[in-house]
Amino acid sequence: MSTRIAARTIALGYLALLIALPVGLVVWRTFEHGLAPVWTTMTQPDALHAFWLTVMIVLITVPLNTLFGVLCALALVRHHFPGKSILNAIIDLPVAISPVVVGLALFIVYGRRGWFGDWLLAHGMRVLFAVPGMILATIFVSLPFVVREVVPVLREIGTEQEQAAQTLGATPLQIFWRVTLPSIRAGVTYGVVLTTARALGEFGAVSIVSGRLSGQTETLTLYVQERFEQFDLTGAYTASLVLALLALATVVGMNAFKSKGAV
Amino acid sequence: MALRSASALRGHLLTRGLITGYLSLIVLIPLAAVAGRSFQDGWGTYWATITDAEALAALEFSLLSSLVVVAINAVVGTLIAWVLVRDSFRGKELVNSLIDLPFALPTIVAGLTLLTLYGPTSPVGINVAYTRAGVGLALLFVTLPFVVRAVQPVLLALDREAEEAAASLGASRSATFRRIVLPALLPAILSGVGLGFARAIGEFGSVVLISGNIPFQTEVASVHVFGRIESDDVTGAAAISVVLLALSLLVLVLINAFTRWRTRHEH
Repeated sequence: MSTRIAARTIALGYLALLIALPVGLVVWRTFEHGLAPVWTTMTQPDALHAFWLTVMIVLITVPLNTLFGVLCALALVRHHFPGKSILNAIIDLPVAISPVVVGLALFIVYGRRGWFGDWLLAHGMRVLFAVPGMILATIFVSLPFVVREVVPVLREIGTEQEQAAQTLGATPLQIFWRVTLPSIRAGVTYGVVLTTARALGEFGAVSIVSGRLSGQTETLTLYVQERFEQFDLTGAYTASLVLALLALATVVGMNAFKSKGAV
Repeated sequence: MALRSASALRGHLLTRGLITGYLSLIVLIPLAAVAGRSFQDGWGTYWATITDAEALAALEFSLLSSLVVVAINAVVGTLIAWVLVRDSFRGKELVNSLIDLPFALPTIVAGLTLLTLYGPTSPVGINVAYTRAGVGLALLFVTLPFVVRAVQPVLLALDREAEEAAASLGASRSATFRRIVLPALLPAILSGVGLGFARAIGEFGSVVLISGNIPFQTEVASVHVFGRIESDDVTGAAAISVVLLALSLLVLVLINAFTRWRTRHEH
């Protein structure tokens, strides 16, 4: 019995010191001087711009990666083709690569004297130090989540129902919409939640490709760093809290789908 | 029928083309560009860059701190998973949700959060800002979920009969844990450790505020790469990135090989 109490104390103490107390203190520090300064900070043009830019990048990244993720999972589970094991290995890469390396990679390809940079610039398309580069970086870092969640679900459900539908004369598209998609919905949704969380919070890669221009290419995470370095702690805390609230919604969403999936 | 299979084939080819194109554009071409750029000035320059004293110190510190952090994770993570599965107390669900927070919280916010409690303005008088301990703390924060989330499902599925049998045969609690529980959990712990290591070795956002980025002391590899990009040494940044990439790849390959080895031996 005493071992159990000791284990519980150590586990909860560790979590309190590492996560709960620091997060709690940030919330307290944000509202230390009341709601007014928080409201003023949140409604500043640069903060609002950072917020909407973040939302926009997420809204472009998540649908693209979801579409790609479902297609890729279907290919990995249902089809045989040369290079499948290579594809399987490449999919995992983005989670194992440092965000700084991701940023550098896009910097080299789309920068001056880069493989595509000069040509695109000559045709009036700016990728580096602009929103397209930031979207590419965010797509890169959040790429594997939908694939990784959908693959096991597809394996689990098998092909019986799809084959039955085919025998009854359904077209491939009908089979996908009426049979496959409804059975993988939980996996897709959980993948979307993870993708969203990662896209919202990306910092390193975006920091390199954005050029960090206030009110232009600054996302919420970059805004947090900029405010911190300007000694505007209220600004940094407020933007952090907005991000943390979005993160919290994500965690709640995750657990809702996890418990549904467990049953 | 023939018509349909022809259109299905076209569909497959189109899907395959889309997947290859997307992956190439987003992942493969940029990574190839890093490798190409790093060797642009020849092997000699490459070697000189990655053996430069400051770069080596940063790589060493990243490697060392990641190893220490995953070792702590292996122990504490397993303990937390144990408490979450086998213990029961009020608020357990809340604690369980807390584990996911480091995955969901943006890394820069994680750094700022730790700095608020353990920085220069700490209300409890603990200041780890600009120290190696501070870097370790940030890495512990962001890698917390890996081992816990890997061990939890295995522990849940673990058959308790073997443990009860061992206990009824007179085995002590620690002997039961060492001989029966730990061997069953080890693969999960190792996979959590591998993923945590891959994350820690390249971590940037949570470390950048808390470390102060002092060369030879608190500068990690990713921050060193960032510094080189800022000072326009893109080729040098690429050279060190290739080392980081190789380390991440090695860990991925090891995890995959281990998983395959295990599934072969189980069946």
